[in-house]
Amino acid sequence: MKFIHYLEKITGVSIFPLTSFVIFSLFFLVMLIWILKADKNRLKEISRLPLD
Amino acid sequence: MERFYYDNKIVKYFGYATMLWGVVGMLAGLYAAIQIYAPGTSMNFAPTTFGRVRPVHTNAVIFAFVGNCIFTGVYYSLQRLCKTRMYSDKLSWIHFWGWQLIIVAAAITLFLGYTTGKEYAELEWPIDIAITLIWVVFGINIFGTLIKRREKHIYVAIWFYIATWVTVAMLHIVNSFEIPVSFLKSYSWYAGVQDALVQWWYGHNAVAFFLTTPILGLMYYFLPKAANRPVYSYRLSIIHFWALIFIYIWAGPHHLLYTALPDWAQSLGTVFSVMLIAPSWGGMLNGLFTLRGAWDKVREDPVLKFFVVAVTCYGMSTFEGPMMSLKNVNAIAHFSDWVIAHVHIGGLGWNGFMAFGMLYYLVPRLWGTSLYSKKLATNHFWLGTIGIVVYAIPMYWSGFTQAQMWKTFTEEGQLKFQFLETVTHIIPMYITRSIGGALYLTGAIMMVYNLAKTIKKGSFIANEAAEAAPLVKEKSAVREYWHRVIERKPMTMLVVSLIVVAIGGILELVPTFLVKSNVPTISSVKPYTPLELQGRDIYIREGCYTCHSQMIRPFRDEVKRYGEYSKAGEFVYDHPFQWGSKRTGPDLARVGGKYPHSWHYNHMLDPQSMSPGSVMPAYPWLLDNKIDTASTPAKIRAMQKLGVPYPEGYDQEANKDLMQQASQIAAGLKLDKISTPKDAEIVALIAYLQRLGTDIKAEPKDQSAKN
Repeated sequence: MKFIHYLEKITGVSIFPLTSFVIFSLFFLVMLIWILKADKNRLKEISRLPLD
Repeated sequence: MERFYYDNKIVKYFGYATMLWGVVGMLAGLYAAIQIYAPGTSMNFAPTTFGRVRPVHTNAVIFAFVGNCIFTGVYYSLQRLCKTRMYSDKLSWIHFWGWQLIIVAAAITLFLGYTTGKEYAELEWPIDIAITLIWVVFGINIFGTLIKRREKHIYVAIWFYIATWVTVAMLHIVNSFEIPVSFLKSYSWYAGVQDALVQWWYGHNAVAFFLTTPILGLMYYFLPKAANRPVYSYRLSIIHFWALIFIYIWAGPHHLLYTALPDWAQSLGTVFSVMLIAPSWGGMLNGLFTLRGAWDKVREDPVLKFFVVAVTCYGMSTFEGPMMSLKNVNAIAHFSDWVIAHVHIGGLGWNGFMAFGMLYYLVPRLWGTSLYSKKLATNHFWLGTIGIVVYAIPMYWSGFTQAQMWKTFTEEGQLKFQFLETVTHIIPMYITRSIGGALYLTGAIMMVYNLAKTIKKGSFIANEAAEAAPLVKEKSAVREYWHRVIERKPMTMLVVSLIVVAIGGILELVPTFLVKSNVPTISSVKPYTPLELQGRDIYIREGCYTCHSQMIRPFRDEVKRYGEYSKAGEFVYDHPFQWGSKRTGPDLARVGGKYPHSWHYNHMLDPQSMSPGSVMPAYPWLLDNKIDTASTPAKIRAMQKLGVPYPEGYDQEANKDLMQQASQIAAGLKLDKISTPKDAEIVALIAYLQRLGTDIKAEPKDQSAKN
């Protein structure tokens, strides 16, 4: 039941933070690329949704 | 074209609840504010002391006022953005009444002293379960509505709603892990440093995902609506959304700078907090720029006035927040009134004004009429704005002043001010603050009157007719961008948001739980005795943590004033942790042995007799109430389950030890000519207070060098 010291038993545990950092960076990269490439008219159309 | 009807009745009810709980929550806040300079107003009555009124205030304004405001806005905008009625009227009503019942149960239990002792998560386990169930009902209703929508795209406001729903669910569940001891008593699953980390991961993200993201959703819907023009940049709103939810989740540890939390976690919190400026200001500018070329409307329309100040306050507090997470700034801000000023810029300015603006927008439309008095609304706007200023400036002032006084040394190297002197010095600021709060509350009451008059002259449109074409399943010949796929599929969106927030949560929490070196053990730190444990539960019940910290930071003045700085290993048996976040009274981490038993006894009976000028309320009932010894075995068993090393079968012997220790304390009091029954609650509380911070003193010297 005690919630401590489990991680020490996992081998190669250092890969977790590295993987997470890569996911984190990739996420922003992909988001930025998508935003820059997105179709302007479509965005315009969506942004008018509350008004119609 | 299909004809259908929007459900306005549920919006009306949530709107009413927003107004009711808004006034109630602000009233509780005002009462708590007055108690700080007039402790006699607690009337020596347990339910009305500051330690219980303050959680009622925070819970009422966050979960009752802002909660109902969110639901009002979501139920109104979601139907219209999806061009459909809510998925199920029945679920809507279960949600409404369930939430109101939770609020009432919360208020009653908090007044009665049933609390987990964790800020903004004080509610006991049966209510926690009820919250989870009602939250699931809300979720089914949202996603059901999204599935039957007639609009292909999911507008950005809805993304914010989805992220809110999923993250609040995750935060609430993780932070509420607790072992029930009885029907209304439980112990946090986590202890000490780990409990603190989970709590502030929760606490900060409650600010992020309950007070910020849903309100941003409302901003992205109601601001363009009120200004009658689309949002300034939809691209920016997408960046705003993803960056905000990804970064926010990491920022929690900035509440624990200079504490016993491992250094790497503190730095992580600081870095992400500073990064938060970017998406927050992106969002603020997106809101304000939406009004470009429409500023003439702001002069006319009270709704836009409220929105403009709300968004500006959002910008101010999201600039201030990252600044406060810099360690050198935090050294001054933390534990002082600066934090109170900061949260009220957010609470009164951002949340309150968004709620007011939205209500002024909705009520005339729901009742098919115009606002009863625009002038009254404008007056409310000015009164509220002045109220915020009169509230915040004295709190900034007192925060700086007190923090400076705490840190001032004489030329001889002695602390220049007693703690109490630093409190009595800022009492004028506390009085001014309550005037600011009263002005703000008066404004809110004016709004209720104005809207009641509006409602009276209109007639309610319970079911608003609308028409839209059904959604046809289209097959695209060209490959679509991934984001278009996500943005059309609510479930995918839910999963992606969950992954995004869970990565941050896991990375932040897991290492502290699992890596041994993060919490160095101290061999002399032992579990609490049964009497101390009961005393600790009284400490929690009375909400002592709302004014007293138990965390000495490694500063010259704090070490001088309170003793050796706090170590992570000292808190390993603290379920829950009681570090506190505000020092209206002095730190208690090492109060053990500082005063005789009789001092504590007299101080609880009449604090001003022991420290003249003190603003602490009296706790006379502790002298009469009996210790609930029947609960001792269950408490010991619960602690054993959580890993506290009491010997096997100790639950049956605990009360014997409890009575023995109580007799000793009663005998000690007798020497000072105080006679008390040994089973009075005061005896348990004295036992706990005398234990605080003393374990480490028993530690052999060579061992402390190793740590």
